[in-house]
Amino acid sequence: MRATAEEIAMNEQVHTGTLGALAQAKPNAGGIEMAKVRARNVNVFYGEKQALKNVSVDIPARAVTAFIGPSGCGKSTFLRCINRMNDTIPGARVSGEITIDGEDIYDPRLDVVQLRARVGMVFQKPNPFPKSIYENVAYGPRIHGLAQNRAELDEIVMSSLEKAGLLREVKDRLHESGTSLSGGQQQRLCIARAIAVSPEVILMDEPCSALDPIATAKIEELIDELRENYCIIIVTHSMQQAARVSQRTAFFHLGELIEQGDTDEIFTNPKNRRTQDYITGRFG
Amino acid sequence: MSDVSAPSEITAVERAGHWQSAAHRKRLRRRYAADRRLRFLGLGAIGLAIGLLGILIASLAYTGYLAFAQTRVELEFYIDPALVKSDDVRAGNFRSITRQALLAHFPEVTNRRQQTQLAKLLSPGAEWIVRDRVVAHPELVGNTIKMLVPVADPYDQLNKGLIRRDGPEPQRRLDDEAIGWFDKLDQAGLIHTTFAFELFVNADSRFPEMAGLAGAIAGSFMTLLVCLLLSFPFGIAAAVYLEEFAPKNRLTALIEVNINNLAAVPSIVFGLLGLAVFLGFFGLPRSAPLVGGMVLALMTLPTIIIATRATLKSVPPSIREAALGIGASKHQVILHHVLPLAMPGIMTATIIGLAQALGETAPLLLIGMNAFIPSLDSVGLLEPATALPTQIYSWADSPERGFVTRTSAAILVLLGFLVVMNAAAIYLRQKFERTWS
Repeated sequence: MRATAEEIAMNEQVHTGTLGALAQAKPNAGGIEMAKVRARNVNVFYGEKQALKNVSVDIPARAVTAFIGPSGCGKSTFLRCINRMNDTIPGARVSGEITIDGEDIYDPRLDVVQLRARVGMVFQKPNPFPKSIYENVAYGPRIHGLAQNRAELDEIVMSSLEKAGLLREVKDRLHESGTSLSGGQQQRLCIARAIAVSPEVILMDEPCSALDPIATAKIEELIDELRENYCIIIVTHSMQQAARVSQRTAFFHLGELIEQGDTDEIFTNPKNRRTQDYITGRFG
Repeated sequence: MSDVSAPSEITAVERAGHWQSAAHRKRLRRRYAADRRLRFLGLGAIGLAIGLLGILIASLAYTGYLAFAQTRVELEFYIDPALVKSDDVRAGNFRSITRQALLAHFPEVTNRRQQTQLAKLLSPGAEWIVRDRVVAHPELVGNTIKMLVPVADPYDQLNKGLIRRDGPEPQRRLDDEAIGWFDKLDQAGLIHTTFAFELFVNADSRFPEMAGLAGAIAGSFMTLLVCLLLSFPFGIAAAVYLEEFAPKNRLTALIEVNINNLAAVPSIVFGLLGLAVFLGFFGLPRSAPLVGGMVLALMTLPTIIIATRATLKSVPPSIREAALGIGASKHQVILHHVLPLAMPGIMTATIIGLAQALGETAPLLLIGMNAFIPSLDSVGLLEPATALPTQIYSWADSPERGFVTRTSAAILVLLGFLVVMNAAAIYLRQKFERTWS
């Protein structure tokens, strides 16, 4: 038994080793030490329509990766492949390979419910449950059995709200409805809800598009803090936001991944003509 | 207007001319007139609906309110130990006792034929009322008790002014002699008009003044209970499966179409189905609330399924995504989030379905739920029973005049139940919604 476990560990090392080599071999993958999420030749079809074409990307742990691109370019589609939310759309098909820490997430043996606990998601519109603030955060730990008793659950809820920078604002009204908060607070509540189940990856699908500039600034600050502990992938329409919060950027256009690389480089010295046109505002 | 900068000057002037032209003013007037017409049309439609409803309720109340009143006569009954044995009160001759009590006020009536005629002033139920009193208190044997007992239906009608006092005798229900007897009692201050508690306490009876709705209410209650217990869980389960789990293929499309068709099937067809399947094939007892409830459940199911699916559909997808995104499984998404949010809508649908079932007559008639139930002793799911609408049907069919007012009263009671049910639904729904949003 022990031998096999070691073997697996070795295999993993080999695996990550090749991955690292591969990442280093790529000219535009400069800063990556180890890819957390790795996609190879991902195609997504909605019925007859192909929404993503041969996307291959490496996403590092403990960093913010931004997906940018014009509307309908497939960036949200790709994001939703990473926690298999596309499974819920009738007629959607995904081919290719996506791995998290070397584990194929489209493996039929993989439990999609556990995957979604490991890969949290924050949506475009704040969508707290119509329950109390406490219940919103406690729901995830409760269904996954992360707390043995009430005290532990309280601890998880408080620390999640604290990490989401919301605790100070809501600690006196934990039992009021989550929908009674302001838009920005609701979105931070959704982030607290996502981090309450201790995910490894957090997907954010235009998390600030429904918020005012002050609330947006708070969320961006929060994303910057969370970067230290999580692999964050953010889809955004705002190039300024991508430049502000991300370390890595991937540019999508018409279902294809055009360019990926360090954010500074993409914004200052894009290799591809279309990337340049997009970030200089020639189309969008 | 004229100080607009040069390039846009022409169009601005043109526009100013356009907006102020007579043609444009006319167009505006026509537009506002059309708005007003639409509003008045809507107001008219609603006014018509409310007016007709008002007329219906007013006419029911006008004929029915008399059924809530009952004419009674106050008499002193001497419980003669010669007629009633204190060890077997129930077998006592109470007919003679009530007759004696009435005749005591009319010493001048000695003719035997006339005495028999006079005794008809009292309701046939009077002797049972006295009997029940003495059965409950056997120590009364040998004493005189003063009691109010109902008068017979024609005298009740006379007191309420529903039958004529004049005109040729053969065309009247009461001749001058009978009216004279009644007036004599009235002048002696013995006639009282009181609330007809019989209507709610008694079961059915051959005599309108003794007939009540208690049996029908009990029957309706049990029938609806069975209907609710069957249609609510099955309806929700079916709707959840169709909406959340079923693959979208030809088979489910066929099922959907047929559920919609079922909702439009006339209720009498469900009655025939119940007759053929539940009674004929499974051999369940005739006239039983259990079978009635099963038939009504078949009828209510499509209503609940369709409405539940509509409310499930209307739950915002963002809530499902939020739950899925945090790793909730399908059943957790449905049970923890979607169903609770849909509950107010489902409850409304259920109560509307039940209200429809409460008023349904035809299927119950077909399975024989218009039994004549004169006593409340045998109430049970498998016992013969009647329901409110079938009771109304039976009463409306009865030849006695007294049943006309009884029928109206029963309709008012049925409508009252419907109003109470709907009010309860609205109250529950609002309470539910407050805790959930």
